[in-house]
Amino acid sequence: MQLWLIPFFPLAGFLINGIFGRRFSKSLVNTVAVGSVLLSFLWVLKTISAMGDLNTPHVEHYFTWIQSGAINIGCDFLVDRLTIVMLLVVTGIGSLIHIYSIGYMSHEGGYYRFFAYLNLFMFFMLVLVLGASFLLLFVGWEGVGLCSYLLIGFYFDKKFATDAGNKAFIVNRIGDFGFSLAMFYIFKNFGSLDFDKVFQQAASAPEWVLTTIGLLLMVGACGKSAQIPLYVWLPDAMAGPTPVSALIHAATMVTAGVYMTARSWVIFTHAPGAMDVIAVVGIATAFLAATIGLAQNDIKKVFAYSTVSQLGYMFVGIGSGAFSAGVYHLVTHAFFKALLFLGAGSVIHALSGEQDMRNMGGLRKKIPITFWTMVCAWVAISGVPPFSGFFSKDAILLAAYGHSPAIYWIGVVTAGMTAFYVSRAMFMTFFGSYRGKAHPHESPAVMWVPLAVLAALSLVGGWLFPIPEFLKGIFPAFEEAENHMLMYISVFAGFAGIGLAYLMYVVKPGMADSLAQTFKAPYQLIYNKYFVDEIYDATVVRPVVGGSRIVLWKGVDAGLIDGIVNGVGARCRDVGSLLRLLQSGNIRGYATWVLFGSVALILAMGLYGGLPR
Amino acid sequence: MMNAVPISWFLTLSAILFALGVAGFLFRRNIITVFMSIELMLNAVNLSFVTFSYQHKEVSGHLFTFFVMVVAAAEAAVGLAIILTVFKGRSTLNIDDVNSMKN
Repeated sequence: MQLWLIPFFPLAGFLINGIFGRRFSKSLVNTVAVGSVLLSFLWVLKTISAMGDLNTPHVEHYFTWIQSGAINIGCDFLVDRLTIVMLLVVTGIGSLIHIYSIGYMSHEGGYYRFFAYLNLFMFFMLVLVLGASFLLLFVGWEGVGLCSYLLIGFYFDKKFATDAGNKAFIVNRIGDFGFSLAMFYIFKNFGSLDFDKVFQQAASAPEWVLTTIGLLLMVGACGKSAQIPLYVWLPDAMAGPTPVSALIHAATMVTAGVYMTARSWVIFTHAPGAMDVIAVVGIATAFLAATIGLAQNDIKKVFAYSTVSQLGYMFVGIGSGAFSAGVYHLVTHAFFKALLFLGAGSVIHALSGEQDMRNMGGLRKKIPITFWTMVCAWVAISGVPPFSGFFSKDAILLAAYGHSPAIYWIGVVTAGMTAFYVSRAMFMTFFGSYRGKAHPHESPAVMWVPLAVLAALSLVGGWLFPIPEFLKGIFPAFEEAENHMLMYISVFAGFAGIGLAYLMYVVKPGMADSLAQTFKAPYQLIYNKYFVDEIYDATVVRPVVGGSRIVLWKGVDAGLIDGIVNGVGARCRDVGSLLRLLQSGNIRGYATWVLFGSVALILAMGLYGGLPR
Repeated sequence: MMNAVPISWFLTLSAILFALGVAGFLFRRNIITVFMSIELMLNAVNLSFVTFSYQHKEVSGHLFTFFVMVVAAAEAAVGLAIILTVFKGRSTLNIDDVNSMKN
């Protein structure tokens, strides 16, 4: 079925734009970039129509990649229903965001570079999704990490952007280290890295082996999908252009961890300990990130913490055994979070770069299309029925209740906070009176058409794509609490969040500030993101940098290594300067030495008693 | 005949001559004297060669002596030529003045 064509188109786009893009006109650059992704999307659709119901996975083998001893790794692509879901999300939303970028990036420098990186990202993301073995998945995994780094640091003349890029890269290394260890351990125990072979044997492996593998995979997922304790890179990643935030840091790349854990469901279902860890990490991340989101003033930061929080939800679903619910939320979240980011990008674009919500307000009338599309995302993420976020969030919360009621209740509180901070962002941006100085202007059609499509998907995506039904054959069934009361409670939490935000930011605009004054300590704590960056700086970064500088550089390198080398050199010179005294140039001096030498030899021989035999 | 003069006497004479040669080589400044001291050492060695050769009834000691004499003759020819040239060039035979290669 020529699956390789799916990632091939973006790769070709990357090569063409990357090599010749400098000489191309802008319209040619974006024709190549958008065209390649659209072709890839169309090829996915064609593949789906040709594949039929796909009850069994379809694998295509291209060539043997690594053949060494017991290792035999092929370049294989795999398509099953889970892959189909991911392919549609990646290429579909990828296409929309590429189109949007034409408008958003039109005034920016490095136009061809941006699209080349974006195409490269699409290539690696599709390899990640299509790969039929852990190693091929890891190739894509590292590749998207590279593109994320390149695109976060897109404005490479700005220090904060390059710092954020480095941070993302370095924090992800920690996760990738866990993933690598997991792969080594998988290979050691199962002798293969192919999904089908590993999962076949996994069911009968001892539980502690699977728990170890599961926890190591979780470390990898924590890095890529921004979970505690490795989430710190994602909020900083917003230094990149907004379409990048939408595509890579909200809709696709950060969900790679969720995809990977869902793909490895066989391992996790047989390792309940690892599942519990995932669920707890997920709910803790969801809750803490949501609290931080309550007090941010940068519109992109709010949505960044929201992304971290929603990724936490997905892991709650995975950890509760509801893999399909996690993937379901992955899909709906891709719709509404991409829309929120693109909408925020449209607002920023309209205000010529302003990101602080305190300098916005009253934009409802000035940029109505952006406003109405963002309203769709707003109701979707707040869990208002019957829009997309409601279905997926509810599926996760119900599964979580079956797993542990405590997680459910924290999840409900988080849902309320989610509704609150998104509403707060909406009210501060679009309601009240305009507080800024720039002259807002509506974005061009090339930007608002993708917004409109995403808005439609956010509204109806929940029941248009019943993912749990679609994935029923892949994942094991999970016990879903049949309790309408639980559903009403979570919906109520959403409305309560919206209502509270309406009260605080529209009815009594001064109320938020006075509350912040009253609860000064907790407010400062969440406003400063629990000082996590500072804590990491003090406990990890500084000791490592200090240790490198004082112990490794000044101690080991400059002291020990250089000391040995220089010492050997200096001693040689000392000995030489002593021996130099012998070389007087006086013939009788040499003769004297010869005399002494012979006398010493003869004396030695006399004492020894003749020549040694 | 050899019974009259013990072999140690020949060796002692050889050692004395050699020591004289060494002393002359080390302490005299005149090039010709130094040169003669070298000849003296060579001949002291020749004497001990011949002595041992006689002692062991072995002909190779004689052979060595001849070789040494041949080399010494050749060396004398070259050495005297060098000394002559040095004296022509510098009007001195003091060995300490002939040190222009030192620096």
